[in-house]
Amino acid sequence: MSNRPIAMVRESLVPEMRPPPSAVGFGAKVQRAFFSSWLNTSITLVCLVAIGFAANFILNWGILNAIWVGDGETCRANAHAGACWAFVWAKMRFMFFGFYPPEEHWRLILVMVITLAILVASAQPRFWKRWLAYAWLTAVPAVFILINGGILGLSYQPTRVWGGLPLTLLLAVVGLAFGFPLGILLALGRRSKMPLIRNLCVLYIETLRGVPLITILFMSSVLFPLLLPEGAVVDKLLRAQVALIIFAAAFIAEVVRGGLQALPKGQYEAADSLGLGYSLKMRKIILPQALKVVIPALVNIAIGFFKDTSLVIIIGLFDFLTTVKATLNDGDWLGIHIEAYLFAALIYFIFCFSFSRYSIWLEKEVAPERIR
Amino acid sequence: MTQLTGSATPLRNQPRRGQRHGLWGFWYDEFIRSLIIQALVFGTVVLVFGFFAKNAIDNMNHVGITSGFDFLSRSANFAIGESMFEYQSSDSYGQAVLVGLANTIKVSFLGCVFATLIGTVLGVMRLSTNPLLRGLVQSYVETIRNIPLLLQLFFWYAIILNLFPGPRVALNPLPGTFLSNRGIVVPALTWSNGWLWLIGFALMAAGVFAVYMINHRHRERTGQQRRTWPINLALMIGVPAALLLSGQWIGIELPALSGFNFKGGATLSPEFAALLIGLTLYSAALISEIVRSGIQSVSAGQREAAYSVGLSWSQTMRLVILPQALRVVVPPITSIYLALTKNSSLAVAIGYPDLVSVVNTTMNQTGQAVENIAILMSAYLTLSIGISLFMNWYNAHVAIREN
Repeated sequence: MSNRPIAMVRESLVPEMRPPPSAVGFGAKVQRAFFSSWLNTSITLVCLVAIGFAANFILNWGILNAIWVGDGETCRANAHAGACWAFVWAKMRFMFFGFYPPEEHWRLILVMVITLAILVASAQPRFWKRWLAYAWLTAVPAVFILINGGILGLSYQPTRVWGGLPLTLLLAVVGLAFGFPLGILLALGRRSKMPLIRNLCVLYIETLRGVPLITILFMSSVLFPLLLPEGAVVDKLLRAQVALIIFAAAFIAEVVRGGLQALPKGQYEAADSLGLGYSLKMRKIILPQALKVVIPALVNIAIGFFKDTSLVIIIGLFDFLTTVKATLNDGDWLGIHIEAYLFAALIYFIFCFSFSRYSIWLEKEVAPERIR
Repeated sequence: MTQLTGSATPLRNQPRRGQRHGLWGFWYDEFIRSLIIQALVFGTVVLVFGFFAKNAIDNMNHVGITSGFDFLSRSANFAIGESMFEYQSSDSYGQAVLVGLANTIKVSFLGCVFATLIGTVLGVMRLSTNPLLRGLVQSYVETIRNIPLLLQLFFWYAIILNLFPGPRVALNPLPGTFLSNRGIVVPALTWSNGWLWLIGFALMAAGVFAVYMINHRHRERTGQQRRTWPINLALMIGVPAALLLSGQWIGIELPALSGFNFKGGATLSPEFAALLIGLTLYSAALISEIVRSGIQSVSAGQREAAYSVGLSWSQTMRLVILPQALRVVVPPITSIYLALTKNSSLAVAIGYPDLVSVVNTTMNQTGQAVENIAILMSAYLTLSIGISLFMNWYNAHVAIREN
C-alpha cells in the first residue's frame, strides 16, 4: 500500500507555452487600447471621425486652398474657400513691432534677443550664480537704452511708438522682475508679528486678488493722473507697468506665503537658536528653502501674467495683441480676422507652452531636498 | 549654509531689554522696535494717501467736478444693449450700474455652471483608457490654457460676426437652435404663471431633498439602504401633473424665422454668446485638470477595497471615490469660479455691457473717477467674498470630518 506509486504527481515542469497571439504584440496592444469593448470601440470611431474632419478642414482651408501670396483682392475672391496667409505675411512687421519706425526695427530685434537670452540663462538652475544678477543689472539698462534711444547716436523713440511683441515681453518681464521682490516683502509682511504691518499686507493682497486686472489698469490710466499734483505727468506706459507690477506682486505674495507656511517650524526655531537676526534668518535659512518649494507655482504665475499683459489693449497700449487687432482695420484687406487671431494665438502658444514644459522640467530639476 | 557670516551674535551677548548700546538701546527691545516700525509705516501710508487725496480734491475743484455719489440718481443718457430688466437711457446712473452688475452676474453664473459640467466630463475623459480620447482632450486643454483669454474672446466674436451666415440662412445644427451673425437663438421655456411653476418646482426639489436626507439619516443610524427613487419619481411626476391638471401649462417655445429676424425663443447676442463660449471653454479646460488630479489623488487601494467589500462600479464611484475626490477638488475650483467672475470683465473689450463697461461709460460721462472705481472695486470684492463664503460653506460640508 505504502510503496504504491502516486500517478497524479508530476516530477518535471511542463515547458512554458507562448502566450496566445491575441494577447501579445502590436495587434493585441491596439486591440486593448482602442477596441477592448463596444463602448471603447465607439469612442475610437467617434474620435477618428472628429480627427478626420479637423484634418480635412486644416488641410483644405489652411493649406491647399489658402492664399499664400497675393493681395486683398485675391483673398476676398477666395474668402470662404481658404485662409489668407498673405495677409499675415504682409502685416507681420507691423504685428511684431507696431509703430516703431521700420529703419529702427533692428533695435527691437536686439531687445528681444537680449531679453530672451537672459530669460533662457535665468531658466537654468546651474546658472543661478551671482554673475546672473550682474547680467540682469546690465541687460535692463541696455534694453532701455536700445528701445528708448536718445544717447549713443540712437534716435529718441517716445513710448507711444513702442509696441508689438517687444512691448509684451517688456511688460511681462519687468512686471515680474519688480513684482517678485515686492511679492516676497508682502508675503513676509503678511506673516509678520506686527499687527499693523500684517493687516496692511492682508488688505493689499486680498483687495488686489479680489478685483479684475482691468480695474487696476483703469486706475492707472484714469484715476492715477487725478492723484498727482497739477501739471505732474507720468508716462502712460509707465503707469500701466506699475499697475502690472502691483498686480503681479499680490499673486506672487500668496504663492510665496504658501512656501513659507510649508516650512516646518523647526527651521525657524533653529535659525532663532543660532541667534540669527530677522534679515539673516530670512535670507540664509527661510527664503532659500521656501522659494525652492514654490518655483513651479511661480512659473505658473509667470505664464498667467504673460497672458494677462494682453489686457493693456483696453487702456490703449500697443502690445502684441493690440497691433494684431489694429491690422484688421486695413481697408485693403477687409474681412480677414481669423487668420490674424490664429497667428497671434500661435505666437502666444509658443511662449506659454515652452514656459509650461520648462516648469515641468524644473520641478524635477530642483526637487526640494527632504526637509525633516 | 556652511559659511554663516560673523554677524550671528553669540548667545551671551544677547542684549536684554533696554540695557545695552546706550542711546540706541531701545532699538534692541523687540516691543519698542516693532512699535517704532509700525508707527513709521503707518505714518508713511497716511502721508501718501493724504497727498493723493489732497491732489484729487484740488484737481477736481480745478476742473469743476463735484464729488460724492449724487450722480447715481442723475439720468444716465446712454443706452445699454441688453438688460435683464427694463432699462431706458432716461433712467439713472444707479439703475445703469445695476443693469451692468446683473449682466456680469448672469454671464458669470452661467459660465460657472457650464464650465463645471464640461470640465467634469473632460476630466473623466482625460482618464479614459483610450489613448485617442485622452490625446484629444489633452491637446484641447493645452491649446486653451496657453492662449490669452482675451484673444480667445476676440476669436469667438470674430467667428460669430464674420463666419456665421445672416439670419435668413442661419445654421440650424439642432432643432430650434439657430446660429447667425445676429447671435444664437435657442428654445425658451414658456409658462402660464411663472410664479406658480417656480413655487411648484421649488417644492418638488425640497421634497426630493427631504426624502434623500431622511434616508441618509436612516442609513447612518442603521446601516440599511432604503429605496428613494419611487418616492422621488412620484414627486417629480406628481407635482407637474397636479399643476397641469389645475389648468396651468408649461412648454418649450421653438424660435422660427419671420422676415429678417427670429420670433420666439431666447436670443443670445453675439457679444454675450462669444463671452459665454470663451469663458466656458477656458474655465472648463482648467476645471478638467483639477477634476483629473482630484480623481487620481484617491489611492487605488480605496477602489480595490470598495470592490472587495462587494460594491458595484457605480457605488464605488458614488460612495468611495467621488466624495474623496470632491474634498481635493473644491478649493481649487473655488478659485476658478473667482477667476471666471473676474475674467467676465473682459466683456468690455468685445462690447458686452457688463459692470466694467457700464461703469466705464459712467466714468467718462461724469468724470468722477474716484467714485466709479470705488463702485467697481467694491462690487467685485463683494462678488468675490460671496463666492468664497458659499464655496467655503460647501467645502466644510464635503470636507472629511475628523474626530
